[in-house]
Amino acid sequence: MGTLRPMAFSIFRKQIFSPTTFLWEVEAPDMAAAAHPGQFVMLRLHEGGERIPLTVADFDRDRGTITMVVKVVGKTTEEMATYLEGDTFQDFIGPLGAPTHIAQKGHVVFVGGGLGVAPIYPVLRAFKKMGNRTTTIVGFRNEQEIFWKDRFEEFSDNLIVMTDDGSVGKKGTTADALKDVLETGVNIDEVFTVGPLGMMEVIAELTRSKKIPTFASMNSIMVDGIGMCGSCRVTVDGNVLFACVDGPDMDAHKVDFKEMKIRQKRFRNEEGVLLQKYHTECRAQTKGVSA
Amino acid sequence: MTETRGKKIQPIRTKMPELAPEKRRLVFDEVNCGFDITMAHQEAERCLFCKKPLCMQGCPVAINIPMFIKNIVEGNMLEAYHVLKASNPLPAVCGRVCPQEIQCEQKCIVGKKGEPVAIGHLERFVGDWAIEQGIKSEKPESDLSIGKKVAIVGSGPAGIACAHDLARAGLAVTIFEGLHEAGGVLSYGIPPFRLSRKVISEEIKSLKSMGVKIEFNKVIGKIFSIQQLLTEKGFSAVFIGTGAGLPKFMGIPGEYLNGVMSSNEFLTRVNLMDGFNHADTPVGMGSRVAVIGAGNTALDTARTALRMGAEEVVIVYRRTQNESPARAEELRHATEEGIRFSWLTNPIALHGDVDGNVTEMECMRMELGEPDASGRRSPQAVPGSEFRIKADTVVYGLGTVTNPIISRSTPEIKTNKWGYLEVDPTTQMTSMPGVFAGGDIVTGAATVILALGAGRRAASGILKYLGLVKEEAANGVTVS
Repeated sequence: MGTLRPMAFSIFRKQIFSPTTFLWEVEAPDMAAAAHPGQFVMLRLHEGGERIPLTVADFDRDRGTITMVVKVVGKTTEEMATYLEGDTFQDFIGPLGAPTHIAQKGHVVFVGGGLGVAPIYPVLRAFKKMGNRTTTIVGFRNEQEIFWKDRFEEFSDNLIVMTDDGSVGKKGTTADALKDVLETGVNIDEVFTVGPLGMMEVIAELTRSKKIPTFASMNSIMVDGIGMCGSCRVTVDGNVLFACVDGPDMDAHKVDFKEMKIRQKRFRNEEGVLLQKYHTECRAQTKGVSA
Repeated sequence: MTETRGKKIQPIRTKMPELAPEKRRLVFDEVNCGFDITMAHQEAERCLFCKKPLCMQGCPVAINIPMFIKNIVEGNMLEAYHVLKASNPLPAVCGRVCPQEIQCEQKCIVGKKGEPVAIGHLERFVGDWAIEQGIKSEKPESDLSIGKKVAIVGSGPAGIACAHDLARAGLAVTIFEGLHEAGGVLSYGIPPFRLSRKVISEEIKSLKSMGVKIEFNKVIGKIFSIQQLLTEKGFSAVFIGTGAGLPKFMGIPGEYLNGVMSSNEFLTRVNLMDGFNHADTPVGMGSRVAVIGAGNTALDTARTALRMGAEEVVIVYRRTQNESPARAEELRHATEEGIRFSWLTNPIALHGDVDGNVTEMECMRMELGEPDASGRRSPQAVPGSEFRIKADTVVYGLGTVTNPIISRSTPEIKTNKWGYLEVDPTTQMTSMPGVFAGGDIVTGAATVILALGAGRRAASGILKYLGLVKEEAANGVTVS
């Protein structure tokens, strides 16, 4: 409709981790004050832009900021990568979703991969501050993609870094690492996992037979994110739940990952077309500038 | 001419000019073009100006219908507008979307011998006239309520009505809206071909000119709790008008398939996220669209799909056209535009291809049995009648259940067994003192006009609660 409103939010800090991964720390004092570990936010860059969900990677109530680690996966995230520190954008909504249930459990294992590495951090920190023993497993493609190792170390009794190529830490997947931990026979009271659906599914399978309560943060496709459209529905134990208001954390042993993996590809074609169109426009703009 | 009570009356109502079906089926322009002044006069002349107007009994907010129509006849447009506004803050909207045929117009005496007076079209005419003239609701000079702030949660019809009345009474009003546009269902739900975006933005502008502030992207229950609004944010009262909630699905096999979504999702992608301008948000529609349900939302979905370029759109409903809750006008418009209806049809499963995209909807033929408790004849499946409809997009227009954000974050507010907020029917106050609610979050999915009525009742309730209104004036907004 185009209600012209000022660009209300500004990027306080940007940090580039790799060609496809970067961090935005955004000034949003009210949101930071209300945020809890496990919640997500939504943002829309400008008029006509998508409203996309991003899991909170950190919040700082003193600085009044919300931090997200973003991986380029489509048009909007690619566009975000071009924004610089101090740049402003239109809409920032949250915190949304139910916070992760933090309690004194004993030994809690955190498994994060891909997009899910950063969101592990505030949950890990909260569990550690609660007095839990923590084991953290984070997976990266290679050495260049690694970030926040020091942060994870600070709150982990045991930090296991996995890389696909073995350039740092151990070579292998996060599931390989969890398998190793399970084989040592150490008691695990809870597992919390964030990452690609395939990874979370494997993690859930590993803990199922041992009956270790396991929670997965579901990063469903959303539109409003406030309990209206039903885009984010997840089948859990045969019931339809909504990641935006019932989640994002769901009982990983009960989530129908097979369905989720299909639903995650809903807009693959359209997203491809959109990205191509964006690339064409960018090239045209660059040419315009150089000419 | 027919004669009623000694007055000769044209039995046929003045026809609303419409875009021709072949012109409108691919554009989002409004289908109804509105009366011109001659048409409005001609139609207004059909009113009998009854002494005991039954039409007013049919109006959920009791607009003084004969009086506003009389003013049209006499050429006092501004006065006609004021009469409407005294009961209804959104005449241009309600003139378009109210189901007049089961409200005011159903009771119209003229309708006994011919067609009832086109009250809705006249209301729209006056509302549009005021917008064109740039007439804004004035902020009152009264500063009786200085120091009192009221928070409104949600900028849909209920919130707008409540904000309007409170601002008129001189209170400082802030609306917290969870989305990035104002209007609630008017913006994300009702498509532009039924309600032009200009009308909504003008109504919002008018509200702002009264001093009402709107804070976008603020989800109450998340960023601020209701309790916080009442304490650290300094609001003396809160009105909750958060509207409809999560969509209903049927629980049949294959609902997870890609291409299957709710009307809320489809319409939000197209309306709120600018899908009709091919903005960044994908819509995910194919070429053969099946819509389940036959209410107004289902019809909006079907007609939107057509405009988004669907080759074939079919509405599937387990009862018949007679039981369809949609407005007669919408059914007629949809039919003219080429929407196909499959009555007495109930989906039992959805089938897809190897990639998980929906391809077919399996249905049963139904027949109407004996009337059930609600008096409606309940549909029963005809054994062995299974058949399939080809569809690459299936949209559920089956209504909604409650949105849980407020109730989960505010245990102080009592809810009923469906999760809707419980309120005092006269004041709209919830079980939490100073917190009022109205619209779909209280009643479940209902009409714009009922939400407006609830918002206005809540405004009276709030004024009373704040000690700013005399008891006997509780139904109006007279400030003491």
